[in-house]
Amino acid sequence: MAATAHMTLEEIRKGLTWRKQLDKVFVLIGLSLLAICLGILAILFLDLVRDGASRFGWDFIASFPSRRAENAGILSAAVGTSLIMLVTAIVALPLGVAAAIYLEEYAPKNWFTGIIEINVTNLAGVPSIVYGLLALGLFVYIFGFGQSVLTAGLTLALLILPIVVVATRESLRAVPKAIREAAYGLGATRWEVTKDHVLPYSTGGILTGLILGLSRAIGETAPIITIGALSFIAFLPPSPVTGEFPFLNFEWLWSSFTAMPIQMFNWVSRPDQAFQANAAAAGAILLGMTLLMNGVAIYIRYRFRKKINW
Amino acid sequence: MSQAKPLQSRGAFASLRYRKHRDRIVEAVLLSAALVAVFTTVAIVFILFYESSTFFDHVTIREFLTGTVWTPLFSDAEYGILPLVAGTMTTTGVALLVAIPVGTVIAIYLSEFAPHRLRETVKPILELLGAVPTVVYGYFALLMVTPLLQKIYPDLPGFNMLGAGLVIGLMIVPYVASVSEDAMRSVPRYMREGSYAMGATKLQTALRVVVPGAFSGLAAAYILGISRAVGETMVVAIAAGMQPRFTFNPTEPAATITAYIVQVSLGDLPHDSVGYQSIFAAGLVLMLITLVFNVIGFFLTRKFREAY
Repeated sequence: MAATAHMTLEEIRKGLTWRKQLDKVFVLIGLSLLAICLGILAILFLDLVRDGASRFGWDFIASFPSRRAENAGILSAAVGTSLIMLVTAIVALPLGVAAAIYLEEYAPKNWFTGIIEINVTNLAGVPSIVYGLLALGLFVYIFGFGQSVLTAGLTLALLILPIVVVATRESLRAVPKAIREAAYGLGATRWEVTKDHVLPYSTGGILTGLILGLSRAIGETAPIITIGALSFIAFLPPSPVTGEFPFLNFEWLWSSFTAMPIQMFNWVSRPDQAFQANAAAAGAILLGMTLLMNGVAIYIRYRFRKKINW
Repeated sequence: MSQAKPLQSRGAFASLRYRKHRDRIVEAVLLSAALVAVFTTVAIVFILFYESSTFFDHVTIREFLTGTVWTPLFSDAEYGILPLVAGTMTTTGVALLVAIPVGTVIAIYLSEFAPHRLRETVKPILELLGAVPTVVYGYFALLMVTPLLQKIYPDLPGFNMLGAGLVIGLMIVPYVASVSEDAMRSVPRYMREGSYAMGATKLQTALRVVVPGAFSGLAAAYILGISRAVGETMVVAIAAGMQPRFTFNPTEPAATITAYIVQVSLGDLPHDSVGYQSIFAAGLVLMLITLVFNVIGFFLTRKFREAY
């Protein structure tokens, strides 16, 4: 607007009222866009639950997939997903936390550290299906792990590694310098400072990061399809716990598998309407699990924040 | 504690030496964990080049990059990547037409206009939406959005890029809004106050001071959105159909790079066939496209970063 000296007071007031009205118009637009977006998503989620409602029940959870929609269930998919998540958590947690501790507490500021940091940032932006291709070439064919639970778990672990690293670094950074300096002052080495003083304070942040990472991994479909998950599996992998010594059995790592999102994808791609109800039910359960995990993560973050008074 | 033992047996100096030695070992272990990130990047690049090298023994790079027919699964196979690139660009374009304006307006509203309580409630919801599995969004696109669109355009086929693109757009709105909002919030308060003092209204301040000031963050948010849309797999695999066609018309079915990779992975081609190797070549193209956007984003943020 050309506010020049020639304007009378009246004109200025008029312009001001106009500009203030624009403000109100924008608030209206912003608020309604927000409401529309959240509203559409809410409607979609409710529709999903409604479409799947007829299939919820114990039979759906405790049955294997079947050619007949009304007999089909998610047993092998749910077990497969649980086992994959187990591998992912066991691999991603120590690896991510160790990498974060190195970058935050140990790493000197030089080009080498810079390269590691750029890599972590970059990996967060790599499309997930590229991780699937990596796993197909590396784990399946070069390492010979086959199309197994182990391969899927490792793939998803690499996928969520940046999430765990970033969350851990943030929570390490939140520990005040004074705590470290007090421990150094008493003669503790760097590892002792980290292990006994810094890490206990950042447990909450680390757990939050791990759960957020797992909630991302649980819904990932593309990389698992790429490494060759099957969608029709009517058996369970060997149980990880056995009755005889040594009570643990690792054969399940090599078992072929299916997973929740794969099962849903398989049902959704069938033209038969009856299977689409199955897809909706599986989707609602998957969605529920993701939201539950996120809720737990938010709760943990809140609890730990409240407990610590620096 | 573990360090008490050497203290008694070997004296204080031995203990210190032991502890320092242990520290060095721990540091090496931690460093090797950090190197996994570098290793992963190197492995991705290596695998994509290595596996697609056999593909490029059969197909010339010229044919691959300029061919407009992509039929690796037919007996008279042709390997022109352009149809897949066109599909990817079209779905991404539709998604961005939704996500960038809507995401930006929501971000401006949340950052500059919304009352504190509303913002604190909406932000976690936006982040929560980012965690919804994409296969669920694929279900929405195929079974809810497309039937709705067919009521408006009865000629729309059941598989189309429009529905898929719209859902991807809706899916990345929370990302774009959340990252843009963070960027605008980090513009210092005194810049706003200076603008208000000159008689500007909130909207004028938001559009002429805050948005330019947060440009680097906005660029990062858009780039993040583009990267997501380009790499998005399940929505297009489910809802856009899997027939590669050289078209930019969103109302037609088509395949994207990602959908093609899924299609081949679902089939039973032997590992050493050219058709199978083609997914690595497609993946290479996908990664290069994402890389280009990341580099553009990097330079944008550099060039326009305002020094406060």
